[in-house]
Formats: sequence, C-alpha cells, structure tokens
Amino acid sequence: MNQWKNFTKGFIKENPVFVLFLGLCPTLGTTNSAINGIGMGLATTFVLVMSNFVVSLVAKVVPDKVRIPSYIVIIASFVTIVDLLMKAFLNNPGPNFEPSMYDQLGIFIPLIVVNCIVLGRAEAFASKKSVMTSLIDGFGIGLGFTFALLLLGSVREILGSGSIFNIKFIQGDAILLFVSPPGAFLALGFLIMLMNKLSKKIS
Amino acid sequence: MSRKESTFGNMVITLFLVTLLSSAALGFIYELTRKPIEDALLNKRTIAFNIVLPEFDNEPIKDMYKVGIGKDTFNFYPGMKSGEIVGIAIETTSQGYGGEINLIVGFLPDGTINKVAVLEHKETAGLGDKIIKSKSDWSTQFEGKNPEEFKLSVTKDGGSVDAITASTITSRAYCEALQKAYNALKTGGEQ
Repeated sequence: MNQWKNFTKGFIKENPVFVLFLGLCPTLGTTNSAINGIGMGLATTFVLVMSNFVVSLVAKVVPDKVRIPSYIVIIASFVTIVDLLMKAFLNNPGPNFEPSMYDQLGIFIPLIVVNCIVLGRAEAFASKKSVMTSLIDGFGIGLGFTFALLLLGSVREILGSGSIFNIKFIQGDAILLFVSPPGAFLALGFLIMLMNKLSKKIS
Repeated sequence: MSRKESTFGNMVITLFLVTLLSSAALGFIYELTRKPIEDALLNKRTIAFNIVLPEFDNEPIKDMYKVGIGKDTFNFYPGMKSGEIVGIAIETTSQGYGGEINLIVGFLPDGTINKVAVLEHKETAGLGDKIIKSKSDWSTQFEGKNPEEFKLSVTKDGGSVDAITASTITSRAYCEALQKAYNALKTGGEQ
C-alpha cells in the first residue's frame, strides 16, 4: 500500500470522528476549548502509535482466543504511562494559577483505554499488517483524530466563550450552550454535515 | 495469518508474559515519574501560598499543622514574617457541580479573607469554571471581606454573594468551602 495514502487517510477519507464515528465519548467530553482538543488528541495519538507498534510486533505469537485481552492490557499500560507522564511534566499552573494541562484533561485520560479507535486499529489493522505500516497508520489516524478535536474545540470555544486558544475577542459571555454538552452534539452534527459535503466534492 | 494455536498452555503463557512485561514497564515509569509528580504538587501549593498569603518569609509547608472539626480535618499553613503570623492558608473542599472543588483560602489573623486560589475543580468550562481568577473576576468579591459580617451564601439564599450566572450550584459549593474553612479557623484559633 502507498504509505503516503496510508498516512493521509485519517484526515478526511477515514477520519475517526467525522467518518468512522469512533471514540465520540472523549470527543464530546474534552472539546470545550481548542487547546483541550489538541491535548486530548495528542495523548490519544501517542497511545495509538505505541499500541499499534507493539500489537503488530506480537500479533503473530498471540493465540487467537486471547488476543483481545492481550491488546487491552497493552493499551491500558500505555494509557497509564501517558497519565503518569502528564501528571509529572504537564502539571505546572500558570503564574496567575491557571489550571495546568493535566488538571483540565486528567479525568479524560483513563478513558483512552475504552476509546474504540485504539482497540479498533489494533484489531482491524495492526494485527494484520507490518510494523512500519501499522506505525504510519497510528500516526495518521491519531493526527486525524487530533485534527477533528481541534476543529470541534475551536468552533465550540469561538461560539461558546468568545475566545480562541484562551485569547478573548468578545467581552463577557457568548452563546453558553456551545460549551455545555448539548452544544457538543450540535456542533459535531453540523461539522459532520460540512465534512460530508467536502469529501463528496473531493471525490 | 500464521498465529499460534489456541491451546490452554499457549494462552496461559501468552497472557502471563503480556501482563508481566506490562507491569514491569509500568513499574519502571512509575519510579521514573514519582519524584517529578511530588515536585509538581509541591510547586503548585507553593505558587498558591504566594498568591493567597501576604508577604511571608517562612516555609508554610514545613509549618503545616492539622485541625479537626467533627469528622473533617483541615490543613493549616501559617505564613509568618519575622516570627509573627501574617496569615493562615487553609485547604478546604466541597462538592460542586462536576465533582470536588479544592480551594486554598488565605485568611488574615483577624479572620478577613485575603485571597483564594482554586487547587482543583471539575466544573463546566465556560460556566462554573469562572471561579478561577484567570477566567473571571467573580472571586475577587470575597477579597478583603470578613465572613463575620459578609454572609457566605448566594443572594438567592439570603447571603451577600452574587452567584455566577447559570452556575448557582458551583457558587453555593464555593461559599460552602469558604464557610467550612472559616469555621475551622475559628475553632482552630481557640485551641
């Protein structure tokens, strides 16, 4: 398979959020601001790449009947590693005591374990393909996921808080609905519509 | 696909090896990050003390003492300048809308609230998270107020606090946490 196509498919053609509809729980939960979306996306990308890598390495020696439990253990280990690393190195509050990255994303990190994208790629892709192809697939799908979260997070932050990357451009409150959970569904629905239009035009 | 056969022995060995290697990796990372995690938590509190207490020259974390009222225990961090107490930072908590709200409240010796810092919270972004000073100046209404005459509950409940729009539960929880800390300060002062 063409590796470049393998890498880019995660953005539009097989975007986990807009096309495959996988991993919607962290997608809706974390995207109340653009920076949170990026943080969650990159954490998921790390887990995805590492688990794809290890699963493609061990796939041949894992008996069929215990492959799912083995994959889950591998994924859960990487998620715990991300959690510990973020707690250690991304846990410094700002000078005015703004909450750190870990404070904002901490409760969602353990949820990566049950993110269908990670197990889905391990089971449907990495266990059947070579190590290199699986690594590139992990990067592509992970960055596609990050792109989707960034897009959704930006839309919700602009409409809901009147700011982008924490820089205010509207004084006071904006449309508060968009930072609350119902707004997440609304914004995601409209974005999926737009992406469908876009991908039809491309193909 | 040339997988191994799913015999009982094969499956047991595989699962054993997978879990063994995973726990070894986790143990290694845990040891690696233990010190940085402790430092990060310490650093967070140090920054909080610099915000909530007036100028001090001791180390509040070293001088920490505990005060228990009922079943709650509060951590008191006294701030001192040349041996005299200039303020006390108290860690307090209450149940908010999305989870626990952890605050550090700085009191002056006479019981006046100096400043408050939010250690941890899980309130809704854009609504309840206005308790954080970087998001909104809502929390400045408590500064320089003495809970003796400034009633720590929202106006809806007959208190003196303007609640955050659309976040009454969060505002109530914030007030409750402050009140708890003030009560602890009162009883702690008598001991």
